[in-house]
Amino acid sequence: MSVKMTPFKHLKAGMLAISIAVSGAFFTAPGNEAQAADTLTFGNMGEPASLDPHFISGVWESRIVGNMFLGLTTEAADGSIIPGAAESWTVSDDGLVYTFTLRDHTWSDGKPVTANDFYYAFQRILAPETASGYSYLLYTIKNAQKVNTGKASPEALGVKVIDDKTLEVSLEGPAPYFVAQLVHYTAYPIPSHKVKELGKEWAKNKGAVSNGAYTLEEWMPNAQIRLIKNPKFYDAENVSINELIFYPQEDRSAVLKRVRAGEVDIQTDFASSDLKWLEKNMPEYIRIAPYLGVYYYPLNTSDEVLKDPRVRKALAMSIDREILTDKVLRTGEVPAYGFVPPGTGTYGQPSEVNWKTLSKDERIAQAQKLMEEAGYSKSNPPTLRLSYNTSENHKKVAIAIAAMWKKALGVKTELYNSEVKVHYASLKTRDFQVARAGWIADYNDPQNFLNLMEARNLSKNYSSFNNEQYNTLMKKAEMEVDMDKRDEYMREAEAIAMAELPNIPLYYYVSKNLVNPRVKGWIDNPADVHHARYLTVD
Amino acid sequence: MFTYITKRLLAAIPTLLIIITIAFFMMRIAPGGPFDAERQLPPEIEANILKAYDLDKPLYQQYFIYVGNLLRFDFGPSYKFRDFSVTELILTGLPASLQIGGMAILIAALIGVSLGTLAALYQNQKTDYAIMGVAMTGIAIPNFVVAPILSLVFGVYLSWLPVAGWGDGSARNLVLPVISLALPQIAYISRLTRGSMVEVLHSNYIRTARAKGLRERLVVVRHAIKGALLPVVSYLGPAAAAVTTGSVVIESIYDIPGVGRYFVNAALNRDYPLVMGVVIFYATLIIIMNLIVDVIYSFLDPKLRVNG
Repeated sequence: MSVKMTPFKHLKAGMLAISIAVSGAFFTAPGNEAQAADTLTFGNMGEPASLDPHFISGVWESRIVGNMFLGLTTEAADGSIIPGAAESWTVSDDGLVYTFTLRDHTWSDGKPVTANDFYYAFQRILAPETASGYSYLLYTIKNAQKVNTGKASPEALGVKVIDDKTLEVSLEGPAPYFVAQLVHYTAYPIPSHKVKELGKEWAKNKGAVSNGAYTLEEWMPNAQIRLIKNPKFYDAENVSINELIFYPQEDRSAVLKRVRAGEVDIQTDFASSDLKWLEKNMPEYIRIAPYLGVYYYPLNTSDEVLKDPRVRKALAMSIDREILTDKVLRTGEVPAYGFVPPGTGTYGQPSEVNWKTLSKDERIAQAQKLMEEAGYSKSNPPTLRLSYNTSENHKKVAIAIAAMWKKALGVKTELYNSEVKVHYASLKTRDFQVARAGWIADYNDPQNFLNLMEARNLSKNYSSFNNEQYNTLMKKAEMEVDMDKRDEYMREAEAIAMAELPNIPLYYYVSKNLVNPRVKGWIDNPADVHHARYLTVD
Repeated sequence: MFTYITKRLLAAIPTLLIIITIAFFMMRIAPGGPFDAERQLPPEIEANILKAYDLDKPLYQQYFIYVGNLLRFDFGPSYKFRDFSVTELILTGLPASLQIGGMAILIAALIGVSLGTLAALYQNQKTDYAIMGVAMTGIAIPNFVVAPILSLVFGVYLSWLPVAGWGDGSARNLVLPVISLALPQIAYISRLTRGSMVEVLHSNYIRTARAKGLRERLVVVRHAIKGALLPVVSYLGPAAAAVTTGSVVIESIYDIPGVGRYFVNAALNRDYPLVMGVVIFYATLIIIMNLIVDVIYSFLDPKLRVNG
């Protein structure tokens, strides 16, 4: 049809006009979403599973709930442990009984916080029917494990209310890290009067009762969580920011744009690939700091090839960790030659592998010799399957390590990628040879890392490492009151692990925050905890 | 007509049941369970949790428990977001998805049909090439490319609109997601319209209309468009269902609290009840949309008119 049709001139113009009008109608209200001076916004990288402290497990949840509740102890601005809901405490000489004196303070609805609220919380999280996923963290408390697994009645639990202001907690063994453990959300008090009244829904809606610096104002799933300052908080006069908004958005580059536009003040993680750009364009936002976490490769010690410690050592020695941190990751991660991150508790210098001081060439020469002793050579190399869960960084690290093994030892590595649920299901059933894993401290103590290689830790000792001496040292450390001796036992244990290498440590994590310079009072710390009560904004 | 609709709806019940059954068992075949994670649970705690969700029972029992609950419209709790039930999650996500998706599909239909018609009328001329060129580009560039560019330009550089976020669902927050969702649909619909319009304009009944001496405008508006819309309408049904149930890409880039992200995330989380919930929801919507398409068809095309 090639007729020229003038009548459609109108039609054409009309339709274009509609298109333009429709798209133009939106652009009527200009202006930016700059945040108010008393509001702090977080790119929080995840939608919380719950705001009930007994049902959470992620740092993104902890960041919200940590602003709502106050445990017996809490973190200062620099992450150090300070008194929280407990004003003071005493410890019995054998290190087994802690007596806490509570601070005079109330819930956000004005009811006093009593020892009963703590008793109630411990009983609730440890009741088997509560089915809390993180309750095992409290197994330091006397009979907690038995109660949690239904092998003892709730009354057997080592928590006692002396009076409204006094709480007594007995432990299984002297655990000097107990006070540090109490900052964790598993040990927060729960407003028993509200849970009894509202049941499961108590922590979900506006006005949910809490005893911390902020209370819940609004929770729109997948949109935002808003907290507002709790005027009843005991230290409310020193809390400067009125409102906190947590956005659950997980897309890191999308959140970065919101930081650039001033919609988000604090981004709690950013992609390594963005670092170069950030350093050039907004260096004053970057906060990279050592973090209590280790990235490691468990080796399945029941595997035909990997049960030989010489092979494990050769594999560990031929990995160039500096290349991983400086060339592959490039975000300030620290090469790991031991298992416990530096700065953990009072631990001091970890026991590192004894070949750290060797040059790269010497390491490779030794590694080749070890492989030969084990019956392998470059012409007769073993084949290994290296499993990792889906993530750009895990993939990059795995490829680099496979190349290093190939070059140094001739080892053929088959890369095996699966999504996170599948990956951890196969770690659980020990259906792997070499795998990627990582551990972020639950509490600031070396025991929290070293127990990953104890035989009794069935669920997390992925390599099925079972070393008599190691197990004994860890048990001795558990029963030791003297901190120096305790650290010494654990350093000895770590030295064994670093000789046997059931887990190959690769690097220590760093925390990567972007913080708008208008936020003041931010102190980088290895726990990466930054409660808003200590922050101010210009 | 009423009997026809009732019949169709009744026929949907077995269809849904089959979908539910297949989805239920397929989900369980996938390796990894809802509580496998970086922080592995001690066996006794996992046992506590599995018991709390009836996951310790044999699979066939779980199936009957699930279907039994469905009959009472109880979709169960979400394993991942434990403060919310599946029904709550879908209902709180739905308004956002409906709002954005509804506007996007409406805009896409209006603009797409207009552009497609224009292109057909000026077949093989500059207007046609221009419109189809743009449409091809629109189809070729995926929205995970378009969306970040839009938010970079209008949010970061020009500061006209929020980069992302829902706010209270105010118009300013809707613009970019709606445009990003609508663009590929506009492209697709205009191509579809052009194709069928070209065909219709060459058909006998249009020739007859012209031969009667009708003005060209009437020929197009009264006769041609009606016929040309048939394939567009049958595309729009499922497309509307897909667009209004949200898009995981758009929702994560613009941080929209819609239903879309559950499709992917629930499956990755092995959140069985939530997966089932969105599957049932989506299947129902598709069935309803197809029914609506068929009803509209019967108005557009007398040959297909059903007697009810």
